[in-house]
Amino acid sequence: MNTKSLRAKSLDSPETGDSGFTERLQSWLPKLVLSPTILITLVFVYGFIIWSAVLSFTKSRLLPNYDFVGLANYEKLFAMDRWQVAWSNLIIFAVLFIGVAIVLGTLLAVFLDQKIRMEGAIRTIYLYPMALSLIVTGTAWKWILNPDIGIEKLMHDLGWTSFQFDWLINPDMSIYTVVIAAVWQASGFVMAMMLAGLRGVDGSIIQAAQLDGASMLKIYWRIILPIMRPIYFSAFIILSHLAIKSFDLVLALTAGGPGYSSELPATFMYQFTFSRSQIGVGTASAIITLMGFLAILVPYLYSEHRGTRHA
Amino acid sequence: MPDTSLNLNRLFSRGLLYLVLLTFAAYFLMPLLVMLFASFKDLSEIRAGNLVMPPLDPTLEPWRKAWSEACTGIECNGIKGYFWNSFVITIPAVILSSAIGAINGYVLSKWRFKGSELFFFCLLVGCFIPFQAVLLPMAQTLGWMGISNSVVGLILVHTIYGIPFTTLFYRNYYVGLPTELISAAKLDGAGFFTTFWRIVLPLSGPIIVVTLIWQFTNIWNDFLFGVIYSGPDSKPVTVALNNLVNTSTGVKEYNVDMAAAIIAALPTIIVYVVSGKYFLRGLMAGAVKG
Repeated sequence: MNTKSLRAKSLDSPETGDSGFTERLQSWLPKLVLSPTILITLVFVYGFIIWSAVLSFTKSRLLPNYDFVGLANYEKLFAMDRWQVAWSNLIIFAVLFIGVAIVLGTLLAVFLDQKIRMEGAIRTIYLYPMALSLIVTGTAWKWILNPDIGIEKLMHDLGWTSFQFDWLINPDMSIYTVVIAAVWQASGFVMAMMLAGLRGVDGSIIQAAQLDGASMLKIYWRIILPIMRPIYFSAFIILSHLAIKSFDLVLALTAGGPGYSSELPATFMYQFTFSRSQIGVGTASAIITLMGFLAILVPYLYSEHRGTRHA
Repeated sequence: MPDTSLNLNRLFSRGLLYLVLLTFAAYFLMPLLVMLFASFKDLSEIRAGNLVMPPLDPTLEPWRKAWSEACTGIECNGIKGYFWNSFVITIPAVILSSAIGAINGYVLSKWRFKGSELFFFCLLVGCFIPFQAVLLPMAQTLGWMGISNSVVGLILVHTIYGIPFTTLFYRNYYVGLPTELISAAKLDGAGFFTTFWRIVLPLSGPIIVVTLIWQFTNIWNDFLFGVIYSGPDSKPVTVALNNLVNTSTGVKEYNVDMAAAIIAALPTIIVYVVSGKYFLRGLMAGAVKG
């Protein structure tokens, strides 16, 4: 017996006779504990993605089958106007939603950070939409944006009879109603994250900059906001996750309509896979969407992950 | 005098600041107020008035109807049954995913091994994939397991796809715990589980609250899994609400829709109001550190 195992024996578990076994068990335990999650991730995330990919090359319609047809589903998909609309809608939606929510959230956080009275109450009001289901948000905004009973009617009642706000039923504008509702839902969340970040900024840095004669605007723009880079990263990730999930919002607010003018890839996939019995086309759309997201997300996640690890 | 002009300037900018902040408060509150007002009006008042007008003759009838009479498709039993379904689905899934996430986070922060960082990265990607890519295989798998269209199936799905998030939360929180704590415990002869129970878990209060709130909110509010994997008797309340709003038979009862929407939102609003402080505190403690 060498000195190393002797030491381990006395340190680990003096009362157990077989210290070699317990020691080995201890070193295996972390892996053992993690293994169900590893298995689940491999099967239910990565395995299922591969399975979907396989189905996208088959003739599957109402039920999955495995008659391979090569790229036929993808060709069909890209020939569809409906798919083009869904994709351009997603880009419009994601850019506007993430951009506006981050800018608005930052502004609100900076404003709230000026020693405001009733800060707690205002913060609570800004953040509560995050607690709501997108279905509830969609139902509420569907009512507010409805020209017959919502804002348009309100303005008419107030005497502004030429006021028109028909985005909900206007095919050219319907996707922007989704942006309005989504921004309403998530800006408070960005505000809360930013405010938390602002509170974490070292006050002495700000004082030093003030002594140097820098204006408050400059201090925020040049010093404080750059410090909060990791928070912008988290906000971006959470917002893109919400953007992917906005399936619910579209369904409750516009149901993809009028026509398919506010369709997103998620609603497209749902329609084709589960309602229209075109599993092949539906899974092909899912795979394209996935590749689009991975192309953006993985390099970003990877660089941030490495960055924080080596920091 | 320069001094007073400075003060006036300051007063003006403070006033403007409050004006902006309160305007946004009104903007965020408006939809909830509008829903509340509508839910206490009867239909004729809704048609006659407008959305920002408080109910003149408040009635509880829309609430009663939404709870026990409104049609969600072909059935007309209100949303009460689906409301309880949501609890039956949400509570086990929240507890399971949060517990598994805690032990995973502990391993990935304090017991790293070769490949554990790579696995964490793979898991992170799993957080953010569009669920479309797994929906159909999941439906098939649930079928094979004999739990499609059931509450058990939904609990399983929510647990599985919740684990990446809960793991991320705990892992980021535990990374911040001093490693010396763990090494000291090891020196004292504490093993893997003892250290977790005696040292790590008692320090996990804030992150447990955060994770529970996050998971409860997410699973309660879920619609995608609910609409695809539930059967007639296992629909969550979000799906029932959407069906109720889109049921097109007869007169459109906006007041009942709004009452149902508030009922569906109530549990998460209560959780938020009661523990919003923890939500924010937890945000600072854990999730923010990327």
